[in-house]
Formats: sequence, C-alpha cells, structure tokens
Amino acid sequence: MPVVRLDHETDFDGWRAAARSLRQQGVEPQHVVWTVDGATDLFSPAPPRADEGSAPSGVSEPAPPPASLSPPGEGGFRVPKPFVDLAGQVIRHRSDERFDLLYRLLWRLQETPELMHLLSDADISRAGHFARDVSRAVHKMKAFVRFRLVQDADGEAYVAWFEPAHRVTEATAPFFMKRFANMRFSILTPDVCVHWDLNTLAATPGADPADAPREDALEDYWKTYYASTFNPARLKVAVMRKEMPKRYWRNLPEAALIPDLIAQAEARTSDMVRAAPTEPSRRVVKAAVRNSRDAPWDGQAPTSLEEIAAGVDHCRRCDLWRDATRGVPGEGPRRAKLMFVGEQPGDREDLAGLPFVGPAGQVFDRALAAAGVPRAETWVTNAVKHFKHELAGKRRIHKTPNAGEVAACRWWLDAERRIVRPRVIVALGATAGLAVFGKPTPVATSRGEAFQLPDQARGVVTWHPAFLLRLPDEKARTQAYDAFVEDLKFAWRLVA
Amino acid sequence: MAALTLKRKLAILSDAAKYDASCASSGSRRRDSMGGRGVGSTDGGMGICHAYAPDGRCISLLKILLTNFCVYDCAYCVNRVSSNTPRARFSVDEVIDLTLGFYRRNYIEGLFLSSGIVRSADYTMEEIVRVARTLREVHDFRGYIHLKVIPEASPRLVEEAGLYADRLSINIELPRDESLAALAPEKDAVGIRKAMGAVRLSEAASKEKGRKARPPTFAPAGQSTQMIVGADNAADGAILKRAEGLYGAYGLRRVYYSGFSPIPDATSRLPLRRPPLIREHRLYQADWLMRFYGFERAEIAGEDEDLDLAIDPKLSWALKNRGDFPVDVNTAERERLLRVPGLGVKAVDRILGVRRFKRLEMADIGRLSRNLGKLKPFLVAADWSPGALADRADLRAGLGARDQQQQLDLF
Repeated sequence: MPVVRLDHETDFDGWRAAARSLRQQGVEPQHVVWTVDGATDLFSPAPPRADEGSAPSGVSEPAPPPASLSPPGEGGFRVPKPFVDLAGQVIRHRSDERFDLLYRLLWRLQETPELMHLLSDADISRAGHFARDVSRAVHKMKAFVRFRLVQDADGEAYVAWFEPAHRVTEATAPFFMKRFANMRFSILTPDVCVHWDLNTLAATPGADPADAPREDALEDYWKTYYASTFNPARLKVAVMRKEMPKRYWRNLPEAALIPDLIAQAEARTSDMVRAAPTEPSRRVVKAAVRNSRDAPWDGQAPTSLEEIAAGVDHCRRCDLWRDATRGVPGEGPRRAKLMFVGEQPGDREDLAGLPFVGPAGQVFDRALAAAGVPRAETWVTNAVKHFKHELAGKRRIHKTPNAGEVAACRWWLDAERRIVRPRVIVALGATAGLAVFGKPTPVATSRGEAFQLPDQARGVVTWHPAFLLRLPDEKARTQAYDAFVEDLKFAWRLVA
Repeated sequence: MAALTLKRKLAILSDAAKYDASCASSGSRRRDSMGGRGVGSTDGGMGICHAYAPDGRCISLLKILLTNFCVYDCAYCVNRVSSNTPRARFSVDEVIDLTLGFYRRNYIEGLFLSSGIVRSADYTMEEIVRVARTLREVHDFRGYIHLKVIPEASPRLVEEAGLYADRLSINIELPRDESLAALAPEKDAVGIRKAMGAVRLSEAASKEKGRKARPPTFAPAGQSTQMIVGADNAADGAILKRAEGLYGAYGLRRVYYSGFSPIPDATSRLPLRRPPLIREHRLYQADWLMRFYGFERAEIAGEDEDLDLAIDPKLSWALKNRGDFPVDVNTAERERLLRVPGLGVKAVDRILGVRRFKRLEMADIGRLSRNLGKLKPFLVAADWSPGALADRADLRAGLGARDQQQQLDLF
C-alpha cells in the first residue's frame, strides 16, 4: 500500500503532486495512506491505517514525485478550478481525514465531472463542511487576535498569542498586514508564527505562550468598555457562546469578566425594574410649560409663505402625512404673476422638499424654456402637499390623491393664492383642475381657454408633465408636448 | 466636582450608548492601510465582530457618546435631561486616542459615535464631525466609522459627516409619530424623515454616473435606523409597516428593532418592563422575510396584528396558507421554495444548483439544510411525500410552538 509523506500539515503542493501521480497510476483512494513528516504526536496521531498496509512501514511507495516533474495542467487530466480552491481550504482543516477525502474527490471527479455541483453528495458535503470550518476559523482569527504593545530596540511593536481552530495563521496574515501596514507586529501560534516588519511578512516555527507579552496597559480600558456596553436586562448567553466559542476565551482578556457579568445580571435588572421612577427636576417642568405656551396656534389660517412652509410639514388634515417625508410647499417669488399648480410631490420632491425637481420636473423645465417662460418668475406648487404612494417592492410608486385629500389640502393652496395673488393660475392635470376650479375639469376639452376665477385671477388648464412622460406612442407624445408648450405660451401671454 | 478619570468617562459614555442596537461594520467599500500613514481596513463585506457580550450582542465598534448631557427629555432614554444618571463628556482627543489604541490592539473595527444634544444641534454635530475628520485627515485612519446624525443639524454638516463616515444613522425612535410626540416632545418626526431624505439624496448624488468629476464617496455603507419596540402600544404590523415605508423611501440598509429595556432611573411617564426579546426576534425574522424572501408586509401581519410569538413568521404564514403546500423541491421555482418553512436563501440556492444534475431525495436535502424536521410537512422530494402530514391540525404544536410560560423563561 502506497504511503505518501507530506512535508508539513498544510503541504498543498506536495499533496497535489502526489495525488496527480497516484491518480495517473490508477491507485484507488482506499489503497493510499497519507502521512505528514515530523507530525509525530502533537496534532495528529499516527495514521490509523499505516500499520495495516502491506507495504513495510517507513517505506514510501511510490515516493511522491517532485512538483516540478508534473507542473499543473500537464499529465493527461484536468480538474475544475473550484476543486483546487476547495482543496486549498480543506487542507488547512485539523481533521486527519482531509488528505484521504480530497484524493477520493479527485478520483471521483474523473467519472463524475459534475461532482463539484452536487452539493448534496456525502463527500462534497463533508468537504464543504471542512471548508466552512476553515473559513470560520479565518474569520474568528481576524476577530479574536489581541495584540499587546511592547517596546524593543526599534521602538513600538505589537505581539499577540493566538490559538486558531484550524491551520489558518499564514492564510490570515495578509489581512493583518494590510490592516496594520504601518505597525510592526507578530502573531505567535502553536503551529507557526508570522511577523510584519513594515516591509516583509515572515513566518517562523510555532511558539509557546510564554514567548508572548503578559499584559498591556489598555486592556483595563477594553474590559471597562466590554462590561459597560453589556446590557444585563438582555441576557442571551447561548448566543454569545455560539459566536464566541469557549475555546477562544483563554486568550481574550475580556472573557475573564463573563462569569461575574452573568451572575449579577438578574439582580441588576430586578433592581432597575423595582426602583421607583424619579420625579423630573423643576427646571424641566418649567421648560415644558414655556414650550406649550409658545407653540403656534393650530388651525389659524396662515398669513405668510413662511407659515405655509412650516405648516404643511405638520399638517394632519388628511392621512397622507403618515407615509411621506414632509409636506412640500410651493416655491417662487412672493409676487409672482403666474402660478403653476401640479398634482402632488413625487419620490424625488418628497426627499428634496422642492416641487417639480424629479423626472416630470425636467419635462416641465424643458417645456417652460421652449415656451419662453422664466420659471424663476413663477410660483410653482401642488394641489396636494404630501406624496401619496404605494410600495412596489422597495420602490415608492405614485398614487393619485382622491377628492377628499384634494379638498383637505385646498386649505394650503387657497392660502398660497391669497398671499401670492397671481394674475393667472395654470392647473397641470385633472387633479390640479379640481383643486383650482373646485369642480372636475377635463383637460382635453377645457385646455386653451381662460376661465375667470372668483379671486380675480384667470385659470387655465393643461396636461400634467408626467402625463407626457407616460404616453406610449411617440407621435402622440410629440403632439401632446407641442400642445403643452402652446398652453404655457398662452398662459404667459395672459399674464402680460 | 472632582474630574472624572478617563476610565470612568468610558464607563459612563459606553453605558449611555449601549441602547443603540447597531454595532455593524458591514457593507462599506474595500480599503486598507497599505501605502498610507495610519492603520485600518474594511473588507467591504460582512464586517467583523471582535467580541460578544453575554447579552449575545456583537461588539464590533467602539460605541460611545461624545457626551450624555442632553437638553431633550425623551422618556425612553437614559440620558434625558430629567434623569439623574451620572454625566460625562469626552474631549475630541480622548475619543481619538481610545479609538486608535483599541484599533491597534485589534479590539474593534472602528468607531460608532453619537452624542446627547448640547447647546444646539449644529454645535453637537460639529463636534461629532470633528472627531471623524481628525481620525481621517490627521491620523489617516482607514477603519470603519459610523456617525449618528442629529436630525436638526444643518445639511452642510450632514454632508460633511458623509464624507468621513462609512455609515450614517438617524433613529426614527418609535413606530408612530404620535408616540414620538408623546414620549419625546423635543423630537420632530418630520425633521427625522427630512434628514433621512437628505442622506438618501446625497448618497444618490455620489453614485450618479456621467458626471465630469467623480463626486466624493458619501457614506458607502449607507444609512440605518432604529425603532424602539414596546415603549408604545403599536402592533407588530404597524412597526413592520413603518419599516417597510422607511426601506422604500430612504433605501435604508437596516432597520434595527430594539426592545425597550429597563434603564437606571426611569420616569413615571414610562414604567419599566422586561425587554420583549422574543418579540424583537420575531420582528427581525419578519424584516428578513420582506427583504430577502419576497414577502409583502401585508402577508406577514396586518396593520393591527401582532406576530405569533411561539413560532416564526414564515411558519406562521405557511400554516395559514396550507393550500400552497406541499412544494415539489425538484420542480418549484425559487420564489416558492423561499416560502417553505425551514429553507433559507442559501439552502434554496444550493437546491437549485444540485437539481440541475439530479433528482433530490430527502437524504440530499438533509445535507443541504439543517431543518429537515421542519421542512418535511411542506416538501415533496423524489422519495418523499408528506401525505396527510401537512393537513394535521396539531402541526403547529408538532413544529415546536412553545407556550407563553416557556417563552418567558428565556430571559
């Protein structure tokens, strides 16, 4: 029976070369014994089957060929890259069966090329578990290494003693190098030590805990933080132990606090719940009285644009405020002669707090420019000040406000009309028509006309720019857009 | 008053910050300290939890307040002005020294800095930003920074915070605006939402393509928020509806649900109770269903409904919709498999991968998922059909629904 001797526990190249050669010779997995040179007793007991084999013990048969004799890709067969990646992970696992398992997978890959996709296969599933164990060990090493500061001939350096669950130290070292590029450090483990001197990452043989520094002045602060950030009313010890397994505790300074924190948690919580509530200080009570006295009178009609802007934010005249960010007030000069009334703010307007800044706003701006109407000289607002919408997945989709919501919001539109006193009001779309004229006003049959409004102003109705965006037919869209620009020109002429 | 030692300040100001549930260091952009002057890296992915406290919470960041002096009087908060809790204030340098000292020893991924409101919103925000700016510019710190945004602060400061921070958060605090008005009189729900909207717009602007000059990165790990559960009487459905709306409006990465937890020195306005830990857990499960499993909020809980505390919300949904089951694991589309109780996103994706090559049997599923017992009544496999099992009236009890008494023992 062939016995393969690998140079060390994570000798991937050695395993790969031997496996390739054995596979080419047709040696079946159950006939191979994998051992590691010098791995005597510390981590892996002698391979169980080494003595049962027919080959005299100590004789390698055949000797693994040097890697250079069969570089990757040569020699008659290929393996999928995911297998090579998986094997590179699995070999860092501490289990003795890893070499066997990997060779078995290599063997089976020849007859079952899709094997790597069969995640439910027993061998693949086992290798997957090993790989996940290893990747978890990497992650936990990134998390649980604790450096201590030392002073040496070259100044400050940081040294840690760590015991990884699997042989991941060298694989994890680059992470620490990149994180602490400008800090000299060493991580000592029983398997291997790694050192960063600001230029090179070096590895030396495994060490002993006694080689690491015993203390660090900042550890007390860290323990203070650990104890203070813990909430005794939420004890969940099992979750903690699952995520921070006990095997790591002896190298975590904060772990020494855990038993006491757990023991006192119940009493601390009961004390808090039992303690009588305290009375607020007189200063606080006085401030509350003052605040309520100075609060603005609710319900009084606004007399300035500033009051409107502040008022729409806290308007509760209908329910639309619940799901919107804010009320979006109108925008423009106080004495604008032309007022545009849209339907309601959209997603963008709701976030920005300004009317007509989203996609429909862009169409509106383009059409205004085409009609020669300076937007900066007009008052632009909406019939409804809050964004009515429904959710489609994670997107907010516009929903037309109903007559009740339009009526409730006329409180604000009427105030804007009273304060700005425009000569002409353009209702953009049917909802705006309803708000401006107080009755349903169909756009298609009413546009191009000027209607006298009770407040001296004249009213015009035209399409809403969003309607132009939604028209599916290119030709109809162009026609409607041209008509829209004509309507804007018409309104601007009425102003003059 | 004797000057507080730094250790005492750390104890006070981390205790004061611990009611914020978030400690994540995930979702940022990949970077490291190679070629720089300082320390720090982020891997762009899942983040690292450097320790776990016995409350099961991840400790990833140094989560502290700059000060716990506060002029607001929020009933649920340990730092409210009317509380008799001990007060402290860090200097900017103290926060920076602690952050860098902890970081170099690999205790933390970075800093999560918040603050009570002192003097004014702008003054407070200015101080928070100053810490982040100094860490980044003076010390070239490339670790993770999470900053709390004071909603009333001026947009200029929020914009600047986003340049230094990986993540920004603004807490919505309570599921209903009425509760906020009642319990946190100085806070303004509209102001909070406006600030979230401003962060959303800045994020969008920094990602906009086709600009001449590439805009600076703005909070690459996005924004999150926290809702306190159990301080008012909002139903779970109302809480989830609020969360759903926030995800939709502001593209939040996370909504954290924080069970209202006893604090030292309570107010008579809000009596203390044990924190509703199971409820909190069920809300997170429901949140996951909305974000990763294609569930609509209304399918999980109506606005006035509470979640079933005894079983998880997906199982609860499945038991109410037995007509949709069993699902054939070898033919059903992804969306339907995701709705099978016990099947997670990973297991579903593995199933889809394997079934291109073979018909799955129960033994295969056992190797792809850990919850075979839970799955059985809802799945058809090559060698398995649940038969009458799926229709049994006692299915709920059989699948591990525990009664209330046992639930309460879990503290």
